[in-house]
Amino acid sequence: MDADANMPPMSRPPIEVPFTLNGMEVTVSIDPAERLLDTLRYRLGMTGSKEGCGEGECGACTVHVDDIPVNSCLIPTYQVRNAQVRTIESIDPSDVGALLSSGATQCGACTPGVVMTAVWVREHPELLETHTLRELMAGNLCRCTGYDGIIDGVRRSLDEGQP
Amino acid sequence: MPTTLAEALEIQRDEDATPMAGGTDLLVHWPEQLELHDRDYLDLWGIDELRRIEWSDDTLELGALTTYWDVITDAKIGAAFPLLVDAARQIGAVQIQSRGTWAGNIANGSPAADGVPVLMAYGASVVIASHDKHRQVPLERFYAGYKEMDLAPDELIVAIRIPNRTYRHERFIKVGSRRAQAIAKVGAALVSNGSGWRVVASSVAPTIRRCPTIEAQISDGEPLSSPDDLLPAIRADVSPIDDLRSTAAYRERVMSRVLYYAIEEMSHR
Repeated sequence: MDADANMPPMSRPPIEVPFTLNGMEVTVSIDPAERLLDTLRYRLGMTGSKEGCGEGECGACTVHVDDIPVNSCLIPTYQVRNAQVRTIESIDPSDVGALLSSGATQCGACTPGVVMTAVWVREHPELLETHTLRELMAGNLCRCTGYDGIIDGVRRSLDEGQP
Repeated sequence: MPTTLAEALEIQRDEDATPMAGGTDLLVHWPEQLELHDRDYLDLWGIDELRRIEWSDDTLELGALTTYWDVITDAKIGAAFPLLVDAARQIGAVQIQSRGTWAGNIANGSPAADGVPVLMAYGASVVIASHDKHRQVPLERFYAGYKEMDLAPDELIVAIRIPNRTYRHERFIKVGSRRAQAIAKVGAALVSNGSGWRVVASSVAPTIRRCPTIEAQISDGEPLSSPDDLLPAIRADVSPIDDLRSTAAYRERVMSRVLYYAIEEMSHR
């Protein structure tokens, strides 16, 4: 894609940031003021992660950095140098069946973030010894379905071993 | 982008740069904050020596990059200082807890912070370094006014020290618009060792602060007969305001009630 088409002009010399994206080594040349979300979407074409609120509340931009969910709208890209970044694009679409059949998606804007948090919970079942699923999913807001469908879908996916 | 504290402190001495830890406060609404884009930032995230969590006989020391999630998942801290975990679990959700730091919560200086009141109730001190010296300030004396703090431009918060004491009663209360993902309208942290109380209020004054009048009243005074008995002491200690999240009248009234019922419940145990 035309990498920089949507990016504002850089205000200072670019910096090189190497990291691992969904298992592949990448190096981006970025404005130091750039957010991880914008690097993913506009430089790397990974538009699955969405921008909802831009203030770290809604979780639509959730990705994993070194195996923990983060809001990519609140991270300057240079902070992921040499880190492992994992986005919704790493998830096989055939693996989200439980969410779909539980009515956990409607408009879909929150869904990539929901799936990334759900995948993390599935990969760390020990978290459910100290936390409820609702608490672990509290950083992903949904303005369409309400939360019961999402929680039911994630619970079923945990039971069935798929996200 | 320094990897050692020594390098970072030299940059702090020589340049006008804003220190950044996990970025969860600084990057809010970033695309609209154009004037902030041209500032220089000192990225602390790569300085692993600031990630240490160390116990000694009489203190717990949290390095400045200790996140809320680090504390939530540390069973030893949870057993010794349960309010740290209570507060951390009410700060955003995992996406914030994984990046937000205790020291950043202190340095951001928000009167609605959730990490600061529990640290202050536990008598924590802020460990501060510059290129040529170290010093330590009790957190309850760190703030001078709204977002004004005892931190020079060449200094960095490098750690937080918490005295390792045992308490009989400990409670953190946060009242927000909803249970998750909310900023406090009224907050309080209370601890008691059996003879006296330490009470810290948040979101009801320009800074988070100890409440000496309330402490004296509940430590030594007459038993309380209703929440309203606390109102004069609350008015002496804090000065709630009307703002985008709440009103002064609501804050005062809710503070009296959450304190009263917390104290009543804890005293009957």
